[in-house]
Amino acid sequence: MRKRALFFRRSDLPLDQDATSRFLPWLVAPMVFLCAVALTSVFILNGLIGRWDRDVSGTLTVEIAAAPGDASESAERTREKVERTLALLKDFPGVARARALSQDQLVALLAPWLGNSDLLKELPLPALIDVTTLPDTPPDLTALTSKLSQSVSGASLDDHRVWLSRLIGLSRSIEWLAIAIAVLIGGVTSATVFYATRTGMAVHQEVIEVLHLIGAPDDYIARQFADRAFVLGLKGGVIGLILTLPILAAIGVTAKRLEGGFLAELSLPIIGWASVLALPAVAALLAMVTARVTVHRTLAHLL
Amino acid sequence: MVQFDNVAVRYGRGPEILQDISFTLPAGSFHFLTGSSGAGKSTLLRLMYLAQRPSRGRIVLFGRDVAVAKRYELPALRRRVGVVFQDFRLLDHLSALDNVALPLRVAGANENDVRKFVPDLLTWVGLADHLDAKPPTLSGGQKQRVAIARAVIGRPDLLLADEPTGNVDDNIAMRLMYLFEELNKLGTTVVVATHNENLVSRLPYPQLRLENGQMRRG
Repeated sequence: MRKRALFFRRSDLPLDQDATSRFLPWLVAPMVFLCAVALTSVFILNGLIGRWDRDVSGTLTVEIAAAPGDASESAERTREKVERTLALLKDFPGVARARALSQDQLVALLAPWLGNSDLLKELPLPALIDVTTLPDTPPDLTALTSKLSQSVSGASLDDHRVWLSRLIGLSRSIEWLAIAIAVLIGGVTSATVFYATRTGMAVHQEVIEVLHLIGAPDDYIARQFADRAFVLGLKGGVIGLILTLPILAAIGVTAKRLEGGFLAELSLPIIGWASVLALPAVAALLAMVTARVTVHRTLAHLL
Repeated sequence: MVQFDNVAVRYGRGPEILQDISFTLPAGSFHFLTGSSGAGKSTLLRLMYLAQRPSRGRIVLFGRDVAVAKRYELPALRRRVGVVFQDFRLLDHLSALDNVALPLRVAGANENDVRKFVPDLLTWVGLADHLDAKPPTLSGGQKQRVAIARAVIGRPDLLLADEPTGNVDDNIAMRLMYLFEELNKLGTTVVVATHNENLVSRLPYPQLRLENGQMRRG
């Protein structure tokens, strides 16, 4: 038989007159909407985690506790420790650059918590050294920690991993939750199509029986239900996608507002866009496969 | 072509509707299947067009033992059987042309062949003006002719007709029987279940007579 385009393929079953033809797209649409939101969350979180990981993995911070004594004495002794530490870091393999933060920078860092008072400049503040590591041959952190503690009293190394791992852990949990939601939505969509197909088969039982008795193979009948489910799934998918677009636009606007900040990666990557835009096709394929399998399994009970 | 050995059918724990039915239909034969109402004619035909399994016994169709045939082999066997159902079983949402075209389309025929052969056959059975008519708009006799056209369009090896002349006048009935005879001459084995004694007496074919669920040959 000559192959026809799916949308124009002949159907011996009057499926376009069914109630399922009216309600199925409106059931698939919210599923695709929810799935798109879940997927968007996954991709955005993934981008954020990647960004945090990249930012942090190439840097270390060495903190040198303020030396005891009055302010000028403490500052002098701390400065001496900083210079020793900088010299040590310069020669340490894997360190690309080490830079001590100035007094003004330290005050700026503390300002959000302690206010922008001149009093801050009078306090014995710890010194911070921002270290950039070589990306291909990062330093041995255990050796560096050990060397720092031996050479400079009060020096400690922070690779930011502790807080980052907690943050990443939380993000990953949310990511898995979103994936689980997407899978669950797929399952619910599949179940919906399953029951819609079973209903359609019950409604058209007589037609199916005639086709069966004149020698139609199961797949001839299954294909007609599958074609219809594909078209309805696609229709619902497109409606769901249209409902999602304002959400994605809102995320885009939010991302622009936050640009340069902590959440600068709050935008959907190309693969994310492709995945979300592919959702109607995925929903249509899921509906098609479900309908086909359902019809085959139901007809298997006939002689 | 068709062989029944000690075939019986019972529904649930009820009595046997058919008992120890044994007969052979040679290829190219023509038989009437007669018997009073409720004698089991339709059940016997249902067994032959593979709509149900026997409770016991053996049915061989086109050399294939139906009991051991795989399920996926059955559609190909069914496509070799043309059936005129007593209640026509036309699809109301399809035109007469599309109803008759069904066996060809199910068999994967070229659409050009469908458009060529189906109108010819419908013209032959006197429905040239009703190609696009839907069954609900046709009379009983017209529906019957559409049903017969659907049964014979695929040039089946075996044609089973359940009361095919029940709703038509004698002229049309004979015309339809001539169509069956033409098919029979081309090699199709024909079984016509009928109450119409007049028809049976006018044509020189043997009878398979069902009485109380048992078969008498005549």
